[in-house]
Amino acid sequence: MSMNLERGKAVLSGAQLTDTKKPNLSKILFGAAVITMLVSLYFIFIFAAEEKTMGAAQKIFYFHVSSAWLAFMAFFVTFVFSILFLIKRKRIFDTYAYVSAEIGVVFTIIVLTTGPIWAKSAWNTWWVWEPRLITTLILFFIYIAYIMIRQMDGVWDKKARLASVFGIIGFADVPIVFFAIRWWQTKFHPIVFGEGPSQKGGGIEDTMLVALLVTITAFTILYSYLLHKGVSFEKMKIMVERYKEKLREDLEN
Amino acid sequence: MNLFRTALFLAKKDLYSELKTKQILTTQIIFAGLVIVVFSFAFDPANNTTKAVIPGVIWVIIVFAGILGLNRSFISEQRNDTMQGLLVAPMESASIYLGKFLANFTMMLIVELVSIPFLFLLFDFKFLGSLPYFILVVFLGSFGFIAIGTFLAALAANSKSSEMLLPLLLFPITTPILIGVVQATRIILTNMEKLASAIAWIQLVTAYDVIFFVVCFLLIDYVLEV
Repeated sequence: MSMNLERGKAVLSGAQLTDTKKPNLSKILFGAAVITMLVSLYFIFIFAAEEKTMGAAQKIFYFHVSSAWLAFMAFFVTFVFSILFLIKRKRIFDTYAYVSAEIGVVFTIIVLTTGPIWAKSAWNTWWVWEPRLITTLILFFIYIAYIMIRQMDGVWDKKARLASVFGIIGFADVPIVFFAIRWWQTKFHPIVFGEGPSQKGGGIEDTMLVALLVTITAFTILYSYLLHKGVSFEKMKIMVERYKEKLREDLEN
Repeated sequence: MNLFRTALFLAKKDLYSELKTKQILTTQIIFAGLVIVVFSFAFDPANNTTKAVIPGVIWVIIVFAGILGLNRSFISEQRNDTMQGLLVAPMESASIYLGKFLANFTMMLIVELVSIPFLFLLFDFKFLGSLPYFILVVFLGSFGFIAIGTFLAALAANSKSSEMLLPLLLFPITTPILIGVVQATRIILTNMEKLASAIAWIQLVTAYDVIFFVVCFLLIDYVLEV
């Protein structure tokens, strides 16, 4: 608090003026994301066998599952960086946590839109109150709340602290939510991998599994690209703030 | 022990000031009554199927009335500029949390004690289930709800619009509790044969209570940081 009372934003020191960060990583990630995306499109639409009953509509499955994977991974990254921030108190960890949560929310929205589209053709209904769906919905609400904490007014380190705490609580809540809802009702969603306790695992054809894995890889690379880009944007914002503060100081003196 | 002594001291202070003003408790109880009235419009009390929604209604009342109390518990400290005083006082932030929790929990129990019999009375609900189990479920559910609620109220109090922020933070996090207690209450009130399943739900809620009480205890230092 002692620092906060004095000044909300740190003034730019001379050493930080020169940004020697090379843009190579961003370009490599962008290229890799584009290439793997195109490859995964080939795998999805040409390589993978067409599902018997659902036909072409089943193709959305690859995007749906990959987006869900990406969102869960993003929230896990937020959780890890939240803990790191609380221990180390470095602003970069907080930036990573925030950007990752934002990406996670975007991809949760994608999951929640592709889901009903697929459900309409597969189950002939837009929405069912089923464990995985409700868990995803609640996950979405939790991280919307997380972002709302970030939008609070105040100095950054207070917001970062509170958001980190909520990031930890929120992530710890997710498995419990899932089990609670799973107990509550178990109906749809065939368990694709492994043997399910109540439903028989429907299994997945080899070509489909390959396509799914390729798409998941593509989405993981896309995630790292987005994370890297988002973090550099946030860094730029912080830089601009510092320049403004420096300008203000200069005008005052 | 010092932690509990200071916590009890703080809880006593809160309850004593509540006893003087009677602001929050009166509001909570009147609000609970109004929710019951609104529900009587939504679900016809003369209809027999209404009995099925009673377990849900109980928890809607507890959640809505609880939110009112939780909002006030840290805001009042900030309005009176006593938050800094609490933080620099020679006690741990864990005992601030514990004290606030005890005060909120006591008030919640009083509200439940008044509003639940009132609900049964107005909806002409014949109590067939087991009363000890029902009390246990209400106790455990309120415990978890207030434990995590007090924590998030401390978190939300930093925002200018904390009254709006708190429900958004609290409802998604407490979903497991709400599912668990509503299911357990439904079984206990209407279908005592399935008691084993109700006990499973009670176990889930207890596990949630323990996990989150410990997590909140560990993390409250970061929320109430000077």
